[in-house]
Amino acid sequence: MNPTQLAVAATSTGEAVQFWVLGTVAVLGGLGTVLIRRAVHSALCLAGTMIILAMFYLANGAYFLGVVQIVVYTGAVMMLFLFVLMLVGVSAADSLKETLKGQRWLAACCALGLGILLITGIGQASVGSFTGLGAANAGGNVPALAELLFTKYVVAFEVIGALLTVAAVGATLLTHRERVEKSKSQREQAEERVRAGKQLPPLPAPGVYARHNAVDRPGLLPDGTPAESSVSHTLRSRGQIREVSAEQMASLAALEQRTAEYHGQPSPRRGPAEPSRRAIERARPQDAGEEPADGDGGRDSEREEAAK
Amino acid sequence: MESLIGVLVGAPLLGAAVLLCGGKALDRAGHWLGTLLAAASFVVGAVLFFGMLGRAGDDRAMHSHLWSWIPVDGFRADVAFQLDQLSMTFVLLITGVGTLIHVYSIGYMEHDERRRRFFGYLNLFLAAMLLLVLADNFLLLYVGWEGVGLASYLLIGFWQHKPSAATAAKKAFLVNRVGDAGLAIAIFLMFTTFGSFAFAPVLANAGDASEGKLTAIGLMLLLAACGKSAQVPLQSWLGDAMEGPTPVSALIHAATMVTAGVYLITRSGAIFNGAPDAQLAVVVVGAVTLLFGAIVGCAKDDIKKALAGSTMSQIGYMILAAGLGPVGYAFAIMHLVTHGFFKAGLFLGAGSVMHGMNDEVDMRRYGGLRKYMPVTFVTFGLGYLAIIGFPGLSGFFSKDQIIEAAFGKGGTQGWILGGVALLGAAITAYYMTRVMIMTFFGEERWRTERTPSPDRPDVEPAASVRGEHAEPHPHESPGVMTIPMIVLAIGSVAAGAVFKLGDSFVNWLEPVTQFEHGHPPVSATVVTTATIVALVIGVGAAWLQYGRRPVPAVAPRGNLLTRAARRDLLQDDFNHAVLVTGGTHLTRSLVYTDNKVVDGAVNGTAAAFGGLSGRLRRVQNGFARTYAVSMFGGAAVLIAATLLMRAV
Amino acid sequence: MSPANYVYLAALLFTIGAAGVLLRRNAIVVFMCVELMLNAANLTLIAFSRMHGNLDGQIMAFFVMVVAAAEVVVGLAIIVMLYRSRHSASVDDANLMKL
Repeated sequence: MNPTQLAVAATSTGEAVQFWVLGTVAVLGGLGTVLIRRAVHSALCLAGTMIILAMFYLANGAYFLGVVQIVVYTGAVMMLFLFVLMLVGVSAADSLKETLKGQRWLAACCALGLGILLITGIGQASVGSFTGLGAANAGGNVPALAELLFTKYVVAFEVIGALLTVAAVGATLLTHRERVEKSKSQREQAEERVRAGKQLPPLPAPGVYARHNAVDRPGLLPDGTPAESSVSHTLRSRGQIREVSAEQMASLAALEQRTAEYHGQPSPRRGPAEPSRRAIERARPQDAGEEPADGDGGRDSEREEAAK
Repeated sequence: MESLIGVLVGAPLLGAAVLLCGGKALDRAGHWLGTLLAAASFVVGAVLFFGMLGRAGDDRAMHSHLWSWIPVDGFRADVAFQLDQLSMTFVLLITGVGTLIHVYSIGYMEHDERRRRFFGYLNLFLAAMLLLVLADNFLLLYVGWEGVGLASYLLIGFWQHKPSAATAAKKAFLVNRVGDAGLAIAIFLMFTTFGSFAFAPVLANAGDASEGKLTAIGLMLLLAACGKSAQVPLQSWLGDAMEGPTPVSALIHAATMVTAGVYLITRSGAIFNGAPDAQLAVVVVGAVTLLFGAIVGCAKDDIKKALAGSTMSQIGYMILAAGLGPVGYAFAIMHLVTHGFFKAGLFLGAGSVMHGMNDEVDMRRYGGLRKYMPVTFVTFGLGYLAIIGFPGLSGFFSKDQIIEAAFGKGGTQGWILGGVALLGAAITAYYMTRVMIMTFFGEERWRTERTPSPDRPDVEPAASVRGEHAEPHPHESPGVMTIPMIVLAIGSVAAGAVFKLGDSFVNWLEPVTQFEHGHPPVSATVVTTATIVALVIGVGAAWLQYGRRPVPAVAPRGNLLTRAARRDLLQDDFNHAVLVTGGTHLTRSLVYTDNKVVDGAVNGTAAAFGGLSGRLRRVQNGFARTYAVSMFGGAAVLIAATLLMRAV
Repeated sequence: MSPANYVYLAALLFTIGAAGVLLRRNAIVVFMCVELMLNAANLTLIAFSRMHGNLDGQIMAFFVMVVAAAEVVVGLAIIVMLYRSRHSASVDDANLMKL
């Protein structure tokens, strides 16, 4: 490109600055879309790139398209992407480990080759200077576009409209799930629960009334052993559960004895600490056996809510 | 008139179609329908014959074009008929004898549950045979040629439950294939030489073709004739063909189909006239077969096989005559017609004897039957006198002419051929007398027990000893069987004289076959005298051997020639040793080559491609991204190509 | 500033998008990369529109956007279907079409 052409093609310095700054950001956004592991972050990078492209559209006199780019593309389409991401699982970050042998090399070669070829091609093409859209946009960008759209391109416009309709119907059809079996009635669900042998009434409340009224402390069963199911599964797996220690058990026993003495009755003598410890140890594996390995989501969440 | 020609073929063809497709509903009346249609064909033939007689000699040929069969540019095959004197002769013989044999079969096949099918096959044969002799081109003739081969195959193997019959049918079919291939090649050669295979252009232009080509065509036609007419070296099937029902033997393997070779050679006379080498080959084949068949006929104890040897020998006469060229064509056909009469009569007589004897075919189990079967005896006897050439009967005239023509060939060849023909006449007299004496004279031998002796372990026990049937009670056959025999006997007595009278037959055929008088080195009277002498010698020898002495019920071991003749002069052994063994070895080596070389190459190629595909297959790994890479790579290559093109 | 600059930028973005399509396994990200490529194409159209001084390029870009929207709708529906049946949105998991 010789200096004369450059001079003819030259535009305002402001636009050049804008181009270099925003262009860099757009490329970074594009790279981010490709390279960032988390899909949500990728989507955000892409949205950023799109907004910058919208800026470029505006700078190039495509006011209507610039707005459409922001409103429809960035606003609607990208949100659709995000919705689907949420549906599919937002937390899962892609592993960057390549599973296909040689794919990464081949892809790099292809992309690089394609890029070099494109840039070489552009370099060889005689790209002229901007004519500018002043004349075309004289009556406003939107009326000018509308005139073209409804005269010269009216058939394509109608066809595109049909395409959109078909796409909408198609998407509805694709995602529509046909129920193939009869839905279960309430009675059937109840019978199923009973048959499965799950705990039907509410779980026992944690803590011991009057003394240890806290969710991180298991309630005691009538024989003095702690009820494992009374504390939240989450707390237990976090290790935030408070043991009903032997000392406390002893003091509890002493309290009971005192009460008994106060009432003048013989107290039920029991080994204050050792039996209950054993009971805890005995109860735990049974609990673990009762609870399926993958846990029961519904009850866990209930407990979590309770914990909160 | 011309349109009637199609009816000739059409009537029996219709009969065959109706009878073979008609199902069991026709079981009761099917044989009458078949006979009626054969008779209708004969009546039409007779009408055409008298119409033909009313016209001048050169104007008698009729043509009937039915439709264009294969109309291709430069290649034209028509379904068209040509009815000239030669064809007319055959039409009358085929339909006449055919009708008689249909009538005979009504009685003969009375107890066979597949009689309807039998008559269907007979009608099919008649249609094919008429097509053969009526065709106006060699391609249509070939259709008829194959048709009679098919009918012959079906009828020989009619009792297919007998392994021997099934094998005989297959053998006849296979041997005939060799001859058929010859005919096909002859037709190919005709087309390349003359650009056509219709009779008219081929025969008219035969003089223009080179002798080499004519010889080639002639030899191929001779091969075809050898196959169909059971001539050496393709004669081995005829003896076995006697496994078929006797009417079939009479009609197909004596009177009509086996003479198709003679028809073929006579019809293509113009080709042979231009190829002396081919003619010589024809003559040699005829002379050799003449003796061959006669010798085989002397040794056979099976009455039908003895007659089959005789047929072979008599056709040898015809082929010999046909090979002599225009001198002999008319005589060949004349002998063919008289032979058709007396040989059909003889076979029907043999069938009648078998019918009365519980299907026993061994002549050593016959004897003295003249008392029991007077009609059969008289008709058979007349046929016998006709075939040995008893003066005044038909065989005398026709055979005498052939012997005379053979001498007329001239030079050493003439003497040799004439001598062979004379010798054949003597042997004919010998073996036919033998058949006659063993069957109708002498003591009654069917009661004597016979078991395989250590001397002759190959002797089959008699049917009565085998316990298959009770002891036979010889009896005369019903009228439906004897009447055809009587008619044929009349024919065999009178035909020769009628034909000879004023050379009417020769004059009749002359427009088609041409005729020139031979120039025998000795006068006709001498030849006739010699023939009669030969006849007397033959009859005398047979009487000395079989008439004077009682005939042993178990055949004696016999000398080397007799034993060889019993085995058809080792024809089958020769075929087995040369063709079967050689063929087996050739086939084995070909199989080996096929397995190792051809299959190796093919399988190797396949394995190579299989391996390559197995590797290429991995490209299709199902991962969309891999496909996407190839897509982008392709796009990059396209862009590169575009840029390169612009740069250049 | 020359219009070529915009075209170079578009080529760069297009190449980045292409590399993303080839490298990423998450179908949604692959899809987003396709969108990036489409947008790059749009940028060239709009730059050319300004270069030539008429609006046909913008109309083309408009059509591209509409088609992209339709494509997104159907494509995302397919991804949702895929996820439902395979519990995965990885394009490598849908590899049944092989020998």
